[in-house]
Amino acid sequence: MIKHKLKNCIIASLIILFSSITYNTNAQLNLPNGVSGSFQMDAQSYKEDSIIGAPDVPENIGTNGYLDLKFNSGNFKAGLRYEAYLNALQGYDPEGRYKGTGITNRYAGYTYENLEITAGNFYDQFGSGLIFRSYYDYDLGYDNAMDGMLLKYNTNGIYAKGFIARQRAFFDYGPGLVRGIDGEIHLSELFPSAKWGKTNLILGGSFVSKFQQKDQSSTIKQPENVGASAGRLNFIHGPFNIYAEYAYKINDPSYVNNYIFAPGQSLYITTSYTKKGFGINAAAKRIDNMNFRSDRDATGNVLNINYLPAISKNQTYRLATLYPYATQPNGEMGIMGEVFYTFKPDTKLGGKHGTSISVNASHINDIDREPTGDEYGYHSDFFKVGETVFYQDVNVEITKKLSKKIKAIATYINQIYNEEVLKGHPDSPMIYTNIAVLDLTYKFTTTKSLRMEFQHLWTEQDLGNWAFILAEYTIAPHWSFNAYDEYNYGNDNKDLRVHYLNGGIVYNKGVTRLALGYGKQRSGLLCVGGVCRQVPASNGFTFSVSTSF
Amino acid sequence: MKNSYKTIAALVLSILTITSFSLNAQDKAKGIPSVKLKTLDGKIISSDDFKNDGKPIIIDFWATWCKPCVNELNTIQELYGDWKKETGVKLIAISIDDARTMSTVASFVNGKNWDYEVYLDPNSDFKRAMNVNMVPHTFILNGNKEIVSQHSSFAPGDEEKLYEEVKKAAAGVQTKGE
Repeated sequence: MIKHKLKNCIIASLIILFSSITYNTNAQLNLPNGVSGSFQMDAQSYKEDSIIGAPDVPENIGTNGYLDLKFNSGNFKAGLRYEAYLNALQGYDPEGRYKGTGITNRYAGYTYENLEITAGNFYDQFGSGLIFRSYYDYDLGYDNAMDGMLLKYNTNGIYAKGFIARQRAFFDYGPGLVRGIDGEIHLSELFPSAKWGKTNLILGGSFVSKFQQKDQSSTIKQPENVGASAGRLNFIHGPFNIYAEYAYKINDPSYVNNYIFAPGQSLYITTSYTKKGFGINAAAKRIDNMNFRSDRDATGNVLNINYLPAISKNQTYRLATLYPYATQPNGEMGIMGEVFYTFKPDTKLGGKHGTSISVNASHINDIDREPTGDEYGYHSDFFKVGETVFYQDVNVEITKKLSKKIKAIATYINQIYNEEVLKGHPDSPMIYTNIAVLDLTYKFTTTKSLRMEFQHLWTEQDLGNWAFILAEYTIAPHWSFNAYDEYNYGNDNKDLRVHYLNGGIVYNKGVTRLALGYGKQRSGLLCVGGVCRQVPASNGFTFSVSTSF
Repeated sequence: MKNSYKTIAALVLSILTITSFSLNAQDKAKGIPSVKLKTLDGKIISSDDFKNDGKPIIIDFWATWCKPCVNELNTIQELYGDWKKETGVKLIAISIDDARTMSTVASFVNGKNWDYEVYLDPNSDFKRAMNVNMVPHTFILNGNKEIVSQHSSFAPGDEEKLYEEVKKAAAGVQTKGE
């Protein structure tokens, strides 16, 4: 009974909120000069649903939100962030460490000529992040913010930075200290000369060390200081660009690497050649034992010092995210190739309005390991590829404007997914999928349009075939209505052939977005940049507000 | 139970206040913060260096993996020639692609035949400084490089509204901004 009342109360307040905002008053916010910020809130109601595996959530509602407040004046900056988890949305941290409210980020800083000082919380990265990247991703619940002091200095093509800090872990800080320095030299700036023309050479180097006290009760050796260094170069010559970075980490026994003493290594190379209408990329990567955290016993998305980017394509269509890739810090070797091309309008393949095509392929294997039987764990030949396939993704995407009213994007994706390794499900078979997506937009008038997505996933493994259909009707600039159905019709278990039906309304005004939805969500992995979090199945209302000021 | 009612009431009230205030929050023109960005050929520049000879600038935050962003930039590309002729506007596209995809941005932009000035913001420093919650997010700067209007998300037809704001900025009209 009370549950019912509560639900009604929520629905009523949402309706009031929606209508009051759309009829908005002429209230004005006179912010003091230099003050700005942003706000976001996401709420969801939960109803138990044993068929889809939606758990019973005693509090019925989950809410995540934050308010960011910044002050900038001349060379001075300061800011803070308030976060609230009342209680956290399901899956945000499996151990429930996002709980309650608090000021989770505060900083102040000053720029004096070429010197920039930040005290408090900061985010930064060295090179591509192989030994240091601190960042924030609200959707993932990922925040390894540093808390300490950061200095940056630059002069004539030399860019230097250094920091000493501890790291955020939910509403607390990790036990370790992290120190780092980085330098980058832009040779064409340091030695200016007309001879450089369209050529440039950039060299960089960095060193990061962490300190964590020994656990006195531990029986294994625990190094208290662990250092990692990296070198990088970027050479650009007209349309050609190559970037290479190599990182090395000394022995760093941790929970993730099973407390072995082997050093860690990583090599990351990307190259591209591009001219107007055309671009080609290739990338190669090797990671060996590069888990690097300020707490040797940490697991999950917490207290990471470095960032190991995935090189496979970041798929965003719903069914293409069913089997997403996550970087394997203990070891992987991968390659990626990609081509972008636009056929010009009024050519045979370009048609009247032109056609864009992109082809992308990536393949990732394990590294080769020979067990040594000692504390080093294994020996790995740098150039030898391991036998186990982790992931493969080959995809083609064609974007074409068929007429003034119709735009189409057609996508085909073929994936191989090692569920045993990537999801940690022992004895799971390899999953082979084919995915086709047709994304059509029809413009009725200059402001009214309908977008439809038709997706299908074929697989003989795991949950079998899926179909997905979405319709989104938008009335620019304010309204959008959407409905979609994700249907696991190919499930071997007839009871699990579920329609995940959803509907929603979105209202947009300027930078403010309100979204209200209702429906069933399947469980799955939400991944950004090769970092993933598990989102459990759910059934209920969702409501979000996002704005900035 | 009483408490949870109170919490919800307080929550709803505070959201209401914040959103209704912020809807009209762009009345006061303000400049953009100074943040370092990367060019597609590896150079480091500052957002202070954005210039368009006293004409308006559109700053568009996007990413290669963001479908509505790409749709918006494709749509504007078709109109960009006319917009430039009529108002002198320049579009600066800020890619928030991180190390995973930032090396593909130059190829992507060329592959789409875009004529924009593109910079990389691989650790989202500029995105955070500009209070961008999600992409796409566009800002219009007037000739004095003050933010006169901003908008997040993209639906077909939004480009018309965007261009109206650009024309106002070009004519030096103080807009309320949406």
